[in-house]
Amino acid sequence: MRLLTHNMLSSNIKGVTNGFPLRIEVEKVVEKSVDFNPDFLKNMFAKIEYKALVEASRIMGYAELPDHAEPSMLESDDFLRKFHHALMELHLEEGTLVCPETGRRFPVNKGVPNMLLHEDEV
Amino acid sequence: MTSRPELKAPPEVFYNDEEARKYTSSSRIIEIQAQLSERALELLALPDDGVPKLLLDIGCGSGLSGETLTESGHQWIGFDISPSMLDVALEREAEGDLILGDMGQGLGVRPGVIDGAISISAVQWLCNADKSCHEPRKRLKSFFESLYRCLARGARAVFQVYPENLAQRELILGYAMRAGFAGGVVVDFPHSTKRRKEYLVLTCGPPSLSSATPKAKGEDEESCSDEESSGDEENQTVSISDRHRPRKKQKLNKKVKGREWVLRKKEQMRRKGNAVPLDTKYTARKRKARF
Repeated sequence: MRLLTHNMLSSNIKGVTNGFPLRIEVEKVVEKSVDFNPDFLKNMFAKIEYKALVEASRIMGYAELPDHAEPSMLESDDFLRKFHHALMELHLEEGTLVCPETGRRFPVNKGVPNMLLHEDEV
Repeated sequence: MTSRPELKAPPEVFYNDEEARKYTSSSRIIEIQAQLSERALELLALPDDGVPKLLLDIGCGSGLSGETLTESGHQWIGFDISPSMLDVALEREAEGDLILGDMGQGLGVRPGVIDGAISISAVQWLCNADKSCHEPRKRLKSFFESLYRCLARGARAVFQVYPENLAQRELILGYAMRAGFAGGVVVDFPHSTKRRKEYLVLTCGPPSLSSATPKAKGEDEESCSDEESSGDEENQTVSISDRHRPRKKQKLNKKVKGREWVLRKKEQMRRKGNAVPLDTKYTARKRKARF
């Protein structure tokens, strides 16, 4: 699972008002290279919760992203490359996602998070 | 015995390891899935600016439909409830991210971030109650509501569905409308039993010009028979008026070959060296009705 997806996912357990961002517990991280596409990154920047992305990338062991970002920084190729790497190329292969409000754990196996809820959580 | 898989077992049970592998090794299914997802992508009508979009594939299965999305350059996130299907998707190295989830429990995605959603042959599964806690209406409701939330304003969602009957189609569409979607059903090839395909085309937001339902394929008779290789039933109609006529009279309106044809044939025969009568004003002339 890429951090792009992690940034979109939130916990949808019944009664949880703020299920974002899911906390990551890492067991294994994989890097897969993806084609660099600045247009897509610029398009996504407005939709990404940047703060959550920075935190997630640090947990995954990538500390290059600056603490704060502004749309004007998208002009810099250096920033775009880092942003691209954090967003698209870091995969959480094995680990756990934890709901920030209830502490419910969603296991991630072979890169696929199991977001199935129990009967009483729907 | 019914041929509808959703009546046999719940999706996560029906698509077990064996069925998932069967599904993905059948070249026929692969072709159909590719066609359906291409058409769904077309109906999604994404702006043609070359910028990749972030799409959802709901019920992505083994990633067959996602392949079409990847080919057109988009990034996608796929949801499916069957672990076996997702395993096959991993083996096939699907480019999108896969999530094991139940769409009837709602999609846990942040609001307003997704540029479009497709779903191929999946939504009708929601109409079944497979567990005691399942209530199809509630599941449809939470699915459409969560989808509406996560789509950006003006984004579209296209679902290819096989509703079992009219009531089921109305049920699905009704819950989509209640969640706030505008749009309707596009039926491709409505006259054909085999090729008939239904797409729910939904737009996020109130009805407007851009949310007008696109035109279906094959609504007029000609285009329906166009690329059809194995003869379609509905085009081989028997003309009833002909059937009641006596046999002799039926032949009357058969095309008579004209003078030109006769002259050409005679010329051919002459070149072969046969004895052929001369061409005169009587050649190929029509006889009087009575003589």
